[in-house]
Parts: sequence; structure tokens; C-alpha cells
Amino acid sequence: MTATLFLVQVLNGLQFGVLLFLIAAGLTLVFGVMDFINLAHGVQYMLGAYLAVASYGLVGNFLFALVLALLASLGFGLLLEFLVFRHLYERDHLDQVIATFGIILFLNHAVRMIWGAAPLNLPMPEAFTGTVQLAPGQLYPVWRLVIIAAGIGVAGGLYILVTQTRIGMLVRAGATNARMVSALGVNIKQLFMIVFGFGTMLAGFAGVMIAPIISVEPGMGTNILILAFVVIVIGGIGSIRGAFVAALLIGLVDTLGRSFSIDVLRLVMAPSPARTVGPAIASILIYVLMAIVLYLRPAGLFPARGR
Amino acid sequence: MAGAAAVAVGGAGSLRRPRHVALPAVIFAAFALLPAFAALTAQHYLVDTGTRIMVFAVAAVALDLLVGYGGLISFGQAAFIGLGAYAVGILSTAGIADALISLPVAIAVSMLFAWITGIVCIRTKGVYFIMITLAFGQMVYFLATSLAPYGGDNGLTVEARNTIAGWPVLKNDTAFYYFALLCLLASYLLCRALIASRFGRVLRGAKENATRMAAVGFTVQRFQLIAYVIAGGIGGVSGFLLANSTEFVAPAYMAWQQSGELIVMVILGGVGTLDGAIVGSAVYLLAEEWLSGVTENWQVIFGPFLVLVVLFARGGLIGLSTRLSTRLWRRLRP
Repeated sequence: MTATLFLVQVLNGLQFGVLLFLIAAGLTLVFGVMDFINLAHGVQYMLGAYLAVASYGLVGNFLFALVLALLASLGFGLLLEFLVFRHLYERDHLDQVIATFGIILFLNHAVRMIWGAAPLNLPMPEAFTGTVQLAPGQLYPVWRLVIIAAGIGVAGGLYILVTQTRIGMLVRAGATNARMVSALGVNIKQLFMIVFGFGTMLAGFAGVMIAPIISVEPGMGTNILILAFVVIVIGGIGSIRGAFVAALLIGLVDTLGRSFSIDVLRLVMAPSPARTVGPAIASILIYVLMAIVLYLRPAGLFPARGR
Repeated sequence: MAGAAAVAVGGAGSLRRPRHVALPAVIFAAFALLPAFAALTAQHYLVDTGTRIMVFAVAAVALDLLVGYGGLISFGQAAFIGLGAYAVGILSTAGIADALISLPVAIAVSMLFAWITGIVCIRTKGVYFIMITLAFGQMVYFLATSLAPYGGDNGLTVEARNTIAGWPVLKNDTAFYYFALLCLLASYLLCRALIASRFGRVLRGAKENATRMAAVGFTVQRFQLIAYVIAGGIGGVSGFLLANSTEFVAPAYMAWQQSGELIVMVILGGVGTLDGAIVGSAVYLLAEEWLSGVTENWQVIFGPFLVLVVLFARGGLIGLSTRLSTRLWRRLRP
């Protein structure tokens, strides 16, 4: 367990955390402002990746493909909002769970029908295909650094948007008491639609950014959705700041846990049981973390006020 | 919350008649007669389908106890199926394959897990509860995938179906069918008795208004925790049955999609009716079987169907049939 290896895993953890943040940010806003549980948020991430692959096939340029995919994600999110979600805001959580579960089933398999079950690839933009040298003999792919930078950039932009602008003020007010905001004469339906579309686009962006380094396949959005849930529960529903802190925490704990659990356990037990127990512990680490946080603070680390 | 009100009214309506017997009698009679019908028409696969339906109905009935009567939307019910199934699988690799041991162990493991996680879950409310149960479900799922000695991702094969006190009766598919029916009946009656009891009234009261129940002097969370533990134990029974019927155990049993499917079963049949959970399991699994014959990606049809059920058919199939029959009755009356 050398220092550079540790550094590599910290960077990987940051990259994973930033990705989780991009997904969780939209989810926590939709939750916070509309009190709407959207299980279908994960498939928006998957869709972003697929749309990027499809757009790349059309235009052959990553940047154009990114823009096209984002616009398509936004359009599709707004379409879903118009057709289904806006009829569910007033319903109880159970109805929302079932309807969005239905949408997951539909989209996962619609994607399989359109693009096939085989994994697809999105080529990386030429300029970022290289590696940087962290230490002699220790290379790190530039693209992962680009993802980290993009995620931190989005986080900074979101922070300014939420704390410094009028729309951000309305979003914060909506997260605290949506009915009151509506009573003050704000078109809450329009606000919901903007927040929803924006959240969808962020998830789509996460999908596009990660597509060059993983395989794009049906179902890629389902497991990451649960992690995004863990993130927003730990961070406190409705809190962008909480989502950012929790996302980095989860990304680092999960990545470092998986990389070093066996090594750490070998300090206290024989190598063979350590190899068995290590992965098991690593896989449940973040859930244990969540349980501890929720036991101590049932509303998360940074609860939005008023709920 | 119009939806909540509609569901609550549907649930309360059936509660005022806790002694209604017609629908459950029909359901259980149909299950009891199915093997005879299958034998007469030489359609043996019906027994397998029926077993599968009952296995999931056991878990769905327990889930309805939580969702429909406790207002606790648990998204981790499949974890208990998995725990029960793995109890059977792991015991069988250790050479213990008797139901007199493995069934109590399956129940105990599930209840223990429900108790430990329940202490954390019950402290949270609403959306937090949904997500934390979901996350604990995932925790067990990933734990199972990393259990290399017990097959990891691939799962493990159960050598043979459990014996009962050394008697290999469950090897016979029809006998197993009736054993599953017995488990379903026991789970159903237990949940029904609980709901009708003082315990159940407190649970239902807490669903309507937890603050008021606390003010009356009940430690609401303790009641909810006990309900959660009982539902977990029944989920373990379902897992025991699943492992024995398929003679195979895999992490997929506790994937979160499985928990989602169980909620779908409960909602489809009609939440807060118990009968609805059984009807919903049957409808869901039959629809799966039928639609997957139509197209390989049957979810493309079933997903939008679910959305339509939520948007237009409140109270599930039982609610729908009640409404239709009341309307028909009104029209028939002079």
C-alpha cells in the first residue's frame, strides 16, 4: 500500500463521488422541492449515456454529441414530467414509487429493444485520451481528472445558482415550504418543471461523462440510483451542499474500502480469511455508514429547514 | 393527498368488516383445488405456477401488513426472502437439510436482521424510510454477491429439498404445493389476527396519525418495530419456500427490483386488504408468464400498464372490482 497507489485510489474515489453528486443533485432537488420520490432518475443517467452514443454516431464529435445528448435528455425529461410525473406530485409516495418503477421497467427494456443488450462504447475526445504521470511509473488517465473537474465545476455553478440567483432563492423556498411559495404568487408548476428538467439534464450529463470509461448497457442506472439515494439520505434531502459532501464521502469510502479492505484486514487476521471477509465488508461499508449517520441524525447531515 | 385518502378509505372499509370471509374463502379454495384441476386437464405446469404464486404471496401478505396497515413503505422486503433462502442454502451445504431446523433458522435470521435494521429504519419517516429500507436491502444483496464460499454472484445449488423430520415428502411437487399453501394460510391468518387485535389497532392508528397515538400514550415506534420484525420473519418463510421450490439460491432473489415487484403485487391487488396481496401476486406472475410469451421484453408493456394503474385505478384490482360491483348493484336495484 504505497502512497502513490493510495493517491490513485483517492482520485478514483473523488471521480466516483463527483459522478454520484451529479446524479444526486437533481434527485435531492426534486425530492426537496416537490416531495416526489423519483426512482426513474437512474434511467435518465443511462439514457444520457445512450443518447450520447447515438448522437456521436450522427455527428462524430464528442462535444456536439454532448450538447445533443443534453438537449435530448432535457426534452425527454420534460416529456415524462408532462405525461406522467406532474399527475403524481399530489399523490402519496406509494403511488410515486409504483409509477416510477413502471417507467424504469419500460425504459430499461425499451433501450434493450432499440440498441440491443450488448454493451456499447463512446469514444473519448481526442484531446483527453492521454495520461498524466503522478509518480515515476504511476500513470493516471486524464479523462478521470476531467470528470472530477467537470463535477466540481457543476457543483460550484449550482452553489452560485442556488444561493445567489432569484430562481435559486425560489428553489430554496420551495424546499422549505412549497405551498407557501405558491401562495405568494409564484408559479410553482413552472418552478417544478424547471427543477425537474434541470435535474434530468444533470443525470444525463453524468451518463455522458462516464460513458467513455465504462460500457454503456441497459440497467447501468439501477444500482447507481440506490447509491444516489444513500447520498441524499446522508446529506439531507433537499440540500445541495449535503449532497456534495455525502457524495464525496460515499465515493471515497466505497472506493478506498474496496481497494484496501483486504490489506487492512491482513493486519489483524490470516490472509485467506481476509480475502473472504474483506470484499464482504467493503461491499456493506457505505450502508453501515448510512445507518450510523441516520441513527445519530435521522434527517441527514444537512437537513433542509422546515421539514 | 387525495391518493392517500382514497387508499386509507379503501383500507378502512375492509377493516370495518374484519370477519369478511367470502373472498379469502374463494381464493384459498381455488388454490386448494388447483392441483386436482391440473391433474384432470393434464397441465402439470399449473402446479409449478401455483407454487410460485404462493411463495411470493407469502412475502406480499407480510408487506401489506407493513404498507397497508402500518403505513411503512418498506422497499427491502426481498432482503428477507434472500435471507431465508440463504439460510436454507448454507445449512444444506453444511449437511443440514431438515425443515424442522432450517425453517426456524430462516425465520430467526430474517427476524434478527429486521430487528437490527428496524431500530434504525423506524426512527426515520416517509421518504427516508423508503430509502433506508432500500439501502439495507442492497446491503444484503451485495453481501451475498461477495460471499465467495457460497457461490458469490452465481449463487449456490441446494442439494435436495428439505425433509420434514427425515421424511422426504417435499420432493413430491404436489405435496410441496400443499406445504406452500399451508404456509400462505398461516401467514395470512397471522397477519389478519394481528390486524384485528389491539396491536393492529395501534399500528393502524399510527398510520393515520402517529402524533395522536403517541399523545394517547403508545410508544408508536415499538409497535412499528414489532410489525417490521414480524413481516421480516414471514419474508423468511417465503425465502425458505423459494429456495426449496427452485432448489437454488442466488443474490438475485434480493435485488431491489424484487422488492419493487413485491410492492407492485401489493398495490396491484389493492393495498390494505391482505387478500389483495395474494390476488396481486397471482395477477403479476400470470401477467409475467403471459406477456413474456408475447415478447421477450415484456416489461415494455407491463411498465406503462403500471403507470396507468396508478393514474386511473386507485385501490388496485380489489378496489376496482368493489367500485364496479357497487355500481352494478346500484343499477340492478329498482
